[in-house]
Amino acid sequence: MSNSTHEIEGVLAEFSNPYELLKAAEKIRDAGYKKFDCHSPFPVHGLDAAMGLKPSKLGWFVAMGGATGAAVALLMQWWMSAVDYKIVTSGKPFFSFQAFVPITFELTILFSAFTVVFGMLLLNLLPRLNHPVFNSEQFKKVTDDSFFISLMADDPQFNSEKVKEFLESTGGKNVEELNADE
Amino acid sequence: MSTDNGNSKIESNSVGCTPLITGNPTFSSITGRISEIVELEVKKTPKAWFIAFGITSTMTMAMSAMIGWLLWEGTGIWGLQNPAGWGWAIVNFVFWVGIGHAGTLISAILFLFRQKWRTSINRFAEAMTIFAVICAGMFPGIHVGRAWVAYWMFPLPNQMSMWPNFRSPLLWDVFAVSTYFTVSCLFWYVGLIPDLATLRDRATNKIRKIVYGIFALGWRGGNRQWQHYEKAYLILAGIATPLVLSVHTVVSFDFAVGVVPGWHTTIFPPYFVAGAIFSGFAMVMTLAVIARKIYSLEDFITLNHLECMNKIMLVTGTMVGYAYACEFFIAWYGGNVYEQSIFINRAKGPYSWAYWTMVTCNVIVPQLFWFRKFRRNIPWMFVASILINIGMWFERFVITVTSLSQDFLPSSWDYYVPTVFDIGIFIGSFGLFLTLFLLFLRFLPMIAIAEVKGVIPQADPHHYEHHDDEKH
Repeated sequence: MSNSTHEIEGVLAEFSNPYELLKAAEKIRDAGYKKFDCHSPFPVHGLDAAMGLKPSKLGWFVAMGGATGAAVALLMQWWMSAVDYKIVTSGKPFFSFQAFVPITFELTILFSAFTVVFGMLLLNLLPRLNHPVFNSEQFKKVTDDSFFISLMADDPQFNSEKVKEFLESTGGKNVEELNADE
Repeated sequence: MSTDNGNSKIESNSVGCTPLITGNPTFSSITGRISEIVELEVKKTPKAWFIAFGITSTMTMAMSAMIGWLLWEGTGIWGLQNPAGWGWAIVNFVFWVGIGHAGTLISAILFLFRQKWRTSINRFAEAMTIFAVICAGMFPGIHVGRAWVAYWMFPLPNQMSMWPNFRSPLLWDVFAVSTYFTVSCLFWYVGLIPDLATLRDRATNKIRKIVYGIFALGWRGGNRQWQHYEKAYLILAGIATPLVLSVHTVVSFDFAVGVVPGWHTTIFPPYFVAGAIFSGFAMVMTLAVIARKIYSLEDFITLNHLECMNKIMLVTGTMVGYAYACEFFIAWYGGNVYEQSIFINRAKGPYSWAYWTMVTCNVIVPQLFWFRKFRRNIPWMFVASILINIGMWFERFVITVTSLSQDFLPSSWDYYVPTVFDIGIFIGSFGLFLTLFLLFLRFLPMIAIAEVKGVIPQADPHHYEHHDDEKH
């Protein structure tokens, strides 16, 4: 930023345990904020509901990936053994689908697995090595033993002073502004 | 008597009631304990690690030299002859694939069954899977003879306008094992992401920060990420479960689809899968006992964890014993003279020493795990785990070699003897496996940090409610 005063990208507050994190998430959800996230070293049970998140859509991605894998495998085996390069094996029909089941199964799994991993990364918008929360020194503890809530400036209700007060009222400590990169 | 009952009641529930991780851990003590092993300066790496690494990498180099000679001279340097065209290379392939199966069982099947004790051992069991499959994949690769055209096994467009035979179990195996390897790597990496982020955030030097930072992909531990992450982990476990069952099923098809007596039986798929899990757990046990001792991880891998693994070995070992008995019964009941003669030959013929080694190690040894004393005796379980793996190697040897060396035509019968290259490459494959494993212990967290934090009591929000009431 050319500006000497940093642009505020969000506000970060620390919570001391999963319970406080959960209670604060409920209050933030009820106050109508949308662009916030609860950071923890491990997945905390009940946070999805506390934050008002909808169930992950990843399963649908994988169903499509798996179906694609099965179709690709069957088409490949049909075209290669029954169309392009016919060999008689034990007098079996060229398209002897029973013998094609194992490879169809394996490719279904393979395509599903790739969609799981890449679908997860896509939904999570990862890899993303640069994020305002990484500018906070205390945020390094998030992968150790600390719990944080970040509320980002692109939330329609965002007002840095009000948000800071609000996070403190929910039990947040070490409330800090997240600034953009200099 | 009553006190005795009381005790056993508490302890039989021990995995549920007493803490999974002992030593009153906190979140940060878990992070520190596991990360510090990885973060040690190179100069401060334990001497034992360097000695072990020196030995295993020398073994790997020796194996590479022997493989070089094999490629130059051809598979004639092995003890293969007619009629035994499949020798140690195939035995070793089945052996190593089997070892890998326990890792997937622990990471996927036990996850679906919500067995929380798995979190202490799943990371290095998964690593073991990957390294075992690398060793396994090597053997058929060099067994094809002209290894430089091994890519013909894949359906790649080529100037000969030929495609592989999709009706062959050997081709199914190519797909099964390569899918297995890929999915195991993906599963392992997904599990590593949060822990790599831990190492990134703790990094004190720049190289570490950059390398772990890149592989952590910018993980922020936000619940919007955990939500998809947990779903991904669940689905991966759900698809890895049928996958692992299918892989050893397909390996058994390599034998069972053929018409050779002793191979052509429908019991092979479940029998192979049970044997694979059995041998894999034995290998996890061998490695776990050593690693927990050297790195003082007794609080993470407790005696209860080891006991659970021994119970699984008892179950799968008994299943394997049942399969041996069932094969004999069917050979007699089926009334096929070729089948009968091969089974009588296994027990009483020239390879009976191998057969009885197999029965002793696989069927008799694990039966001692019926007794609690043996299940919780570390020296014994260590010895048993090694005996079981010897037995499981002999199982594959018995299946492969006894059936082939005495085929339908008695005039061609022969006694298969391995050469120094058969033996050397097999021993060398242990060198490769252990070299990779030592590198893993040195540079990656061997216990899943984020997962272990999730199973301690403080991770549950309800844990704090009680204290909260007291305050107000």
